[in-house]
Amino acid sequence: MPNTDPALDNQAMVEFVNMKSKQVGLIDVKAIGAITKGRLGQELAPIGELFKAGAVAISDDGSTVMNAEIIRRALQYSKMFNITLIEHCEDVNLASDANANEGYNATVLGLKGIPAAAEEVIAARDIIIARETGGRLHLAHLSTAGSVELLKWGKKMGVNVTAEVTPHHFTLDDSCLKGYDTNFKMNPPLRSKEDVAALKKALKDGVIDVIATDHAPHAELDKDVEWNQAAYGIVGLETAFPLIINGLVKPGVLTISQAIAKITINPAKILNLDRGTLSEGAPADIVIADTEKMVDINKEFFAGQSTNSPFIGMKLFGSVETVMKNGRIIYGAKN
Amino acid sequence: MAFRHLLGLQELPKEDIQNILKLAVTFKDLILKPVKKVPTLKGKTVANFFFEPSTRTKTSFEIAAKRLSADVLNLSISTSSVVKGETLLDTLKTIEAMQVDIVVIRHSVSGVPFMLSQKIKSVVVNAGDGMHEHPTQGLLDLFTIMDKKGKIEGQTVALVGDIAHSRVARSNIFGLIKMGAKVRVVGPATLIPRDVQKMGVEVFTDLESGLKGVDVINILRMQLERQKKYLFPTIREYAMLFGVNSKKLKWAKPDCLVIHPGPMNRGIEVSPNVADGPQSAIEEQVTNGVAVRMAVLYLMGGGKANEVTD
Repeated sequence: MPNTDPALDNQAMVEFVNMKSKQVGLIDVKAIGAITKGRLGQELAPIGELFKAGAVAISDDGSTVMNAEIIRRALQYSKMFNITLIEHCEDVNLASDANANEGYNATVLGLKGIPAAAEEVIAARDIIIARETGGRLHLAHLSTAGSVELLKWGKKMGVNVTAEVTPHHFTLDDSCLKGYDTNFKMNPPLRSKEDVAALKKALKDGVIDVIATDHAPHAELDKDVEWNQAAYGIVGLETAFPLIINGLVKPGVLTISQAIAKITINPAKILNLDRGTLSEGAPADIVIADTEKMVDINKEFFAGQSTNSPFIGMKLFGSVETVMKNGRIIYGAKN
Repeated sequence: MAFRHLLGLQELPKEDIQNILKLAVTFKDLILKPVKKVPTLKGKTVANFFFEPSTRTKTSFEIAAKRLSADVLNLSISTSSVVKGETLLDTLKTIEAMQVDIVVIRHSVSGVPFMLSQKIKSVVVNAGDGMHEHPTQGLLDLFTIMDKKGKIEGQTVALVGDIAHSRVARSNIFGLIKMGAKVRVVGPATLIPRDVQKMGVEVFTDLESGLKGVDVINILRMQLERQKKYLFPTIREYAMLFGVNSKKLKWAKPDCLVIHPGPMNRGIEVSPNVADGPQSAIEEQVTNGVAVRMAVLYLMGGGKANEVTD
């Protein structure tokens, strides 16, 4: 995602990501270029140049392009390269300096709420513009029941739209905010129990295509501060698989193959990648996991340096045992 | 006390509230005497950390602690150490290392007293956190109602004004409901927080029907800068629709008590003749505040309720 500093909005930066990815040589890191210069929402970024350099999609993730005309032009323009525009749906005026889901829990805790409408008005706007332009639209980290309804409508109307949900949004709700633990502070915020139920149903019904982590590692000193000052987001990568197994597969929301499709072939299609399938001639990028094996989510469980996770202390089914990249084992047991 | 810290009235059991109110009666008697000081907290240190401007709450805590013979440390931290890059927690840890027994904290961010109570050894007393709670204000409002009305149970209390941003409103709602009162919130629809009725209150956006038949009106302070956030069109319109004057006060019961946490915007949320009128206990609330805070500091400092009252 291009919400880097500086923003990933030019050819040189995409090439740098590709080069680093090759140098480290463990996995492929694909860059998503910015929609607008500097992610400022004012002028289009050089989308063609980003595409030619290897960007697999465009997004201003972390912020919404508030100007509808820019989104309309970006959806028209990106169509020339057949790449997807990924929207972070958050109306900045509706969400202004709020940091929890607007509702009972935020009211009791005295936190300023982000209404569901902040996400839904942008989702609606973009679906309508995608319908008119025919551009490819993907809605990142949806969190509300209303967004699911809009997405359903878009798909019914034949709009080129897909969407994702994060493991934390289908696992946790805003009642978790009680202890003001900033590991529960994310954007979009954790929503109500009704929203969580709607997201799960949308996963089951195939309305939501993808499960994505919205991985946001932060140093302890960015989180161990007052609620309003704390950074948004959580470490998502390491816990994604066990949360999918516990929250979706074990309770029968998804079959294991449906769940796997939402983290492999479906996102691969959205990003035009020839990955996510086990077939002859396809790249041997393979994950071997044990869905019956429990993992302890503690600080040592995380491979990265950051441990800003609300799941610490949980025991979950679903252990990733081995990861192969192009047929070479890059993680886990060799046998 | 069931809790080591006083963070809010949400988690404070009814029995503890009753103990504090009972003890506050004794302390109020004391502070109306010529010699107002008792040695109960002698040798203890109380630190007042105010990360937000406040005159009356800070002064009230300071006087309360001094009348209990505690050593008092006052810190108004708006910019000093926070600007130097020191975190809030570091600041508090430093002070804690100086063996402070009770930390009284006021902060603009909800949840900060809770967060600190998890991390420092001193007793934490919340003197107002963001839009969350202001438990000692809630307690002094309960005390004032008890004092003037004889009991809290069965009274209908209207909280009027900006409910959404008010920590006083939240502490009042939790405390009053726990003590058996009926609570109404009255204000513009833009200042009524989402799902507040689930807290057990009745919601009114019309002052006349909201005040009809109430025993107590608690008028909240209107932060004038809210107008810039599109929450109401003009101060004048707010005063017209929700300002309480002597004419509108007649909508409530004839013996309705009027309270206000202060400081007042006279002529906006309350007219001078109501604020200074016979039904108002606004000035007395300040005295009650000291008595209630003495009771709180005494109990949090390890005192037993019956040692003083029996």
